[in-house]
Amino acid sequence: MNFLSLFVLIPLLMLAGLWLAKGQKGVRAVMVAGSSMLLALSIALTVQFIADRTGGQTAEMLYTANFVWFEPLNIHYSVGVDGISVAMLLLSGVIVFTGTFVSWDMCKEYFLWFTLLSMGVFGFFISVDMFMMFMFYEIALIPMYLLIGVWGSGKKEYSAMKLTLMLMGASAFLMLGIFGIFYGAGGNTMNIIDIANHTGGAQAISLSQQCIWFPLTFVGFGVLGAMFPFHTWSPDGHASAPTAVSMLHAGVLMKLGGYGCFRIAIYLLPEAANELSWIFLILTGTGVVYGALSACVQTDLKYLNAYSSVSHCGMVLFAILMLTTTASTGAILQMLSHGLMTALFFAVIGMIYHRAHTRDIRELNGLMRIIPFLSVSFAIAGLANLGLPGLSGFVAEMTIFVGSFQNADTFHRVLTIMATTSIVVAAVYILRMIGKILYGENTNAEHAKLHDAHWEERLAVIVLIFCIAGIGLAPSWLSHLIEGSVTPVIENVKTVGHLISQSNPFQ
Amino acid sequence: MELFNMIEGIRVDMTWFLILSALLLMIGVYGFLTRRNTLAILISIELILNAADINFAAFNRMLFPDGQEGYIFTLFSVAISAAETAIAIAVMINIYRNLKNNFVSNLDKLKW
Amino acid sequence: MDYTYTILILLLPFLSFLVLGLAGKWLSHRTAGLFGTSVLGIVTAMSYYTAFTYFTADRINDVFPTLVPYNFTWLPFFDGNLHFDLGIMLDPISVMMLIVISTVSLMVHIYSFGYMHGERGFQRYYAYLSLFTMSMLGLVVATNIFQMYMFWELVGVCSYLLIGFYYHLKPAVAASKKAFIVTRFADLGFLIGILIYGYYTGSFSFDFTNTAVYLNGAQPGVEEGFSKAIAGAGFILPTALFLMFIGGAGKSAMFPLHIWLPDAMEGPTPVSALIHAATMVVAGVFQVARMFPLWIQYAPETLHVVAWIGAFTAFYAAAVACAQSDIKRVLAFSTISQIAFMMVALGVCLPENGFTDNHASLGYMASMFHLFTHAMFKATLFLCAGCIIHAVHSNEMAYMGGMRKYMPITHITFLIACLAISGIPPFSGFFSKDEILVAAFEYSAVMGWIMAGIAGMTAFYMFRLYYGIFWGTENKEYHEKHVPHESPAVMTVPLIILTIITLTVGWCLPGSFGSYISATGTPYHIHLNWEVAGTSIAIALCAIVLATWMYARSTQPVADKLQATLPQLHKWAYHRFYLDEVYQFVTHRIIFAYVSRPIAWFDRHIIDGFFNFLAWGTHTLSYNIRTFQSGRIQQYALVFLWGVIVLLIILLIP
Repeated sequence: MNFLSLFVLIPLLMLAGLWLAKGQKGVRAVMVAGSSMLLALSIALTVQFIADRTGGQTAEMLYTANFVWFEPLNIHYSVGVDGISVAMLLLSGVIVFTGTFVSWDMCKEYFLWFTLLSMGVFGFFISVDMFMMFMFYEIALIPMYLLIGVWGSGKKEYSAMKLTLMLMGASAFLMLGIFGIFYGAGGNTMNIIDIANHTGGAQAISLSQQCIWFPLTFVGFGVLGAMFPFHTWSPDGHASAPTAVSMLHAGVLMKLGGYGCFRIAIYLLPEAANELSWIFLILTGTGVVYGALSACVQTDLKYLNAYSSVSHCGMVLFAILMLTTTASTGAILQMLSHGLMTALFFAVIGMIYHRAHTRDIRELNGLMRIIPFLSVSFAIAGLANLGLPGLSGFVAEMTIFVGSFQNADTFHRVLTIMATTSIVVAAVYILRMIGKILYGENTNAEHAKLHDAHWEERLAVIVLIFCIAGIGLAPSWLSHLIEGSVTPVIENVKTVGHLISQSNPFQ
Repeated sequence: MELFNMIEGIRVDMTWFLILSALLLMIGVYGFLTRRNTLAILISIELILNAADINFAAFNRMLFPDGQEGYIFTLFSVAISAAETAIAIAVMINIYRNLKNNFVSNLDKLKW
Repeated sequence: MDYTYTILILLLPFLSFLVLGLAGKWLSHRTAGLFGTSVLGIVTAMSYYTAFTYFTADRINDVFPTLVPYNFTWLPFFDGNLHFDLGIMLDPISVMMLIVISTVSLMVHIYSFGYMHGERGFQRYYAYLSLFTMSMLGLVVATNIFQMYMFWELVGVCSYLLIGFYYHLKPAVAASKKAFIVTRFADLGFLIGILIYGYYTGSFSFDFTNTAVYLNGAQPGVEEGFSKAIAGAGFILPTALFLMFIGGAGKSAMFPLHIWLPDAMEGPTPVSALIHAATMVVAGVFQVARMFPLWIQYAPETLHVVAWIGAFTAFYAAAVACAQSDIKRVLAFSTISQIAFMMVALGVCLPENGFTDNHASLGYMASMFHLFTHAMFKATLFLCAGCIIHAVHSNEMAYMGGMRKYMPITHITFLIACLAISGIPPFSGFFSKDEILVAAFEYSAVMGWIMAGIAGMTAFYMFRLYYGIFWGTENKEYHEKHVPHESPAVMTVPLIILTIITLTVGWCLPGSFGSYISATGTPYHIHLNWEVAGTSIAIALCAIVLATWMYARSTQPVADKLQATLPQLHKWAYHRFYLDEVYQFVTHRIIFAYVSRPIAWFDRHIIDGFFNFLAWGTHTLSYNIRTFQSGRIQQYALVFLWGVIVLLIILLIP
């Protein structure tokens, strides 16, 4: 048994444990034990992976395992990790761990769905087989509907339905794209590495076919990555979701989008990526600025952060499409960084909401004096969001900008400069929010009695801040870890002719 | 054969039976489509069945004068329709007891 | 000489920040303050030791060597041979900045002990001060432009946090937000400049030898480098440098990005002294000085644009300073004006004699000299203002007047600093300002006379301020209720120390300032140009006499009459020519109302509307075709019948 399968097995055991658990204490015990194990496992994996890489293991995927699962369609249960998936697994481990503590008072059924969702996420990141990836993606999607629809707030039914329908619509595109790639490559294998390297019976996919499947897969994953203009599920969904679900959703689930775009759309369809990236560059570049500007006038904290996520996740896809090693490394760093800081943001917003029963910026003020711990955490999340050096956002953004600037033509330059303006706008909306809700004098007598964070909330927040600052202060190891796995993909793209697009009218 | 010979001057052949059966069928179909009372619909269904029975008997007489299968089938069908009517009327009486009428348009409790 | 200990100069304040920030809640005010101050004391001692060993060490080729005791790749970039390094670089200007920053910061740490006494958040205040000191030191010792940018952002955030220190007060919050956003906007230019620069020169490093190689295309073997160089030499590099200058203009409050600095005075006064007078605001000047070899070699014309921007800013700020009534605002505008002097000095350097002539690039030395002296006397002025505000609990001149009786030490130190900034010998400001004027006259007579005139205005408004505070009409009514008193020793001692530096630095340095810092690094002997010096002294004296005549007496008929005859001018100057209102209009009316709000509306109604429309369309369609499944057998039978009939017709017709 491959030890990567533990990432799926532990959640399964947790599900069984939750089923049998009695009372709130039992549920908590199972959740804490399980999520700690997952976190420990992901840390151990990271350490082991770095050790093996420095030890000279150069295979693209390490710790692979492969069993035939469904013979007629050549579907395999096939797992393996590279640097990108290791980083993502680490992120998921942290978010699931902290999410458990943030949803401390929730009931058993909630945790059942929560665990199922985590299983889908972990399974997605360890998959090497396209079909398996798709299956785990669907597993992660469905619990979201129930988590939001049942335990959410506000117009939760509407949001849950909208989110599920849009993501399901996207996965329809995605399935088409995946089968297109499968048959385009000869119909012999679903294995990503094989298709990319034309081994294991896979053949090269013709350009005309690639140009059909690329938009399908890119949009399919892009919707999950909140790509403009398919992002509207995100503000409603996040606003209605319970705290830990917002965290998990923005922190991890949206990363499935970026990861999938990179791993499937760019990696398997390199020629189409060169040919068609300009369309999506315009869309994502617009999304970056658009999300930031929309965030400026929001009054609901969660909406504000959701639009900020649209901007930051747009940056991920934007950087991926720049098709340079640095920019793509930056994209993965941005996924990590955004995952952590948005999770922190949503966690703190949820805690404030839980206490004050409002998320309206206009109704909150002077919180710094009342709940200093949460306020300081909130400010740190904000500063990370606007890219303060020493916190993770800065590292990711700078890598992206330097990488994007390596494309010397005017088209890419203009878009890059456009994207950089978002960091100014980010400062505007973050400082506006911090200024309104944390600073000033509290005018609401109800709020004067609020109590500060409990220990479990403090634990979650501190873990997240520690990770954010950790990446922000010492990014080099992570950057190298990711770069090692980004390079083959980018090489693959570059060997088929770099950024020569016949169809781009702006070039 | 004796029956036909007894009525002098009138030539009764296959066509008449078929016309009668077609008329019964049409009356039955019309009744089935337009009546709202379940009892009337049941009567219409009986008419359609009778039309089929007449056809059975007539075709048996004309095509296979020596055979009995058509008559047997007709009797069979009459027996079944009697049983079916008994059940249907029992259901209708129960519906009537519960709902105080037995119009099909009102019988939509199981629809949603 | 081994300089590896210099890493502690950065690490100790950071450590102090962590301790005070995380554990400050459990420390008493006294412990926290002492801890912060003593850590900074160690840092200061190390800075002085570094400066001493550095400047007494032997020159190599007549130049102080550039030392890099630390440099490591902090964040690798994988394309174009680029990497983001962190390290420590010691060269004359960074060593000089170490002294400036650590001295002023230490003085402010000591001073704050008295000024912030008993304030809520005392530990937090010292934590921020430590973080700021670390960031500012990191900025000046940066080995590459990206490290500079990183610490640049950090000082921006520290400035934000410290301006908004009294976060329960609305104006403080608004001012901190404004300061951060305006500088952030300018930093966008800086960032893009860095990106362009990094791409075309293949390096972020301040070691410009490779830059020259790229730009002169001396590496024809490297095809990529060569083609980049051809693009770079023409107009790319000036563009990149100018974009970086925009970042510097934001931090150093050049017109029209100066609007945040006067508002930044909402912060505690020692903070204004440290950040908004002596150190952070000169970061822009320091940045231009750091890139000076490139400016002078590849973009001299653009450098002159910088000079003219500086000249206009100096004039504008001096004009506004003449009409302000809040003493800290007067000082703020005076700071803007003085920083503009430094920019002008850098801008008027001439690329003559193959960039090897210290005299043609005299402005470089003058600018750094003025940076040094200005830091000292402006910090003195701000700290004096802090004492005064501490005594009368107001920033408005209307509450002051006649303060010389109550606060003798503050009075004397303030007077000396005023004389220094006005350019009266033998105070330090005279020497540095004189060099700037000489450099300006070298560039063009017009620029020279403009700057001399502005120097006169400086003397005028500074003495207007001086008389308004210490002489003039005393607000007796207010002072009787609330008798002003001299500040405790912990606040006056820093004043005295800074004043002594101001008194002596012009003529007491072994050798002259130019022997340590000059454009090419070789020693440059400062000789006073008495023609220029005499003129500037004369102008300054005239201005002081005028100010004395107008403001020293207990009634001020001339000033009042002037204000009465030119009410519009005074009103406009008082409102800073309504630039804030213009910005307010642009940001709130145009960006928020006409960009953000429509976009948010578009998102909610058009894009979201489209998806809701899809959902609605599906729903409506389903709702309508649902009648086919009515459940009525009769209806089904009818359809069935028609179907049979149609089939029959189709089958029978042929």
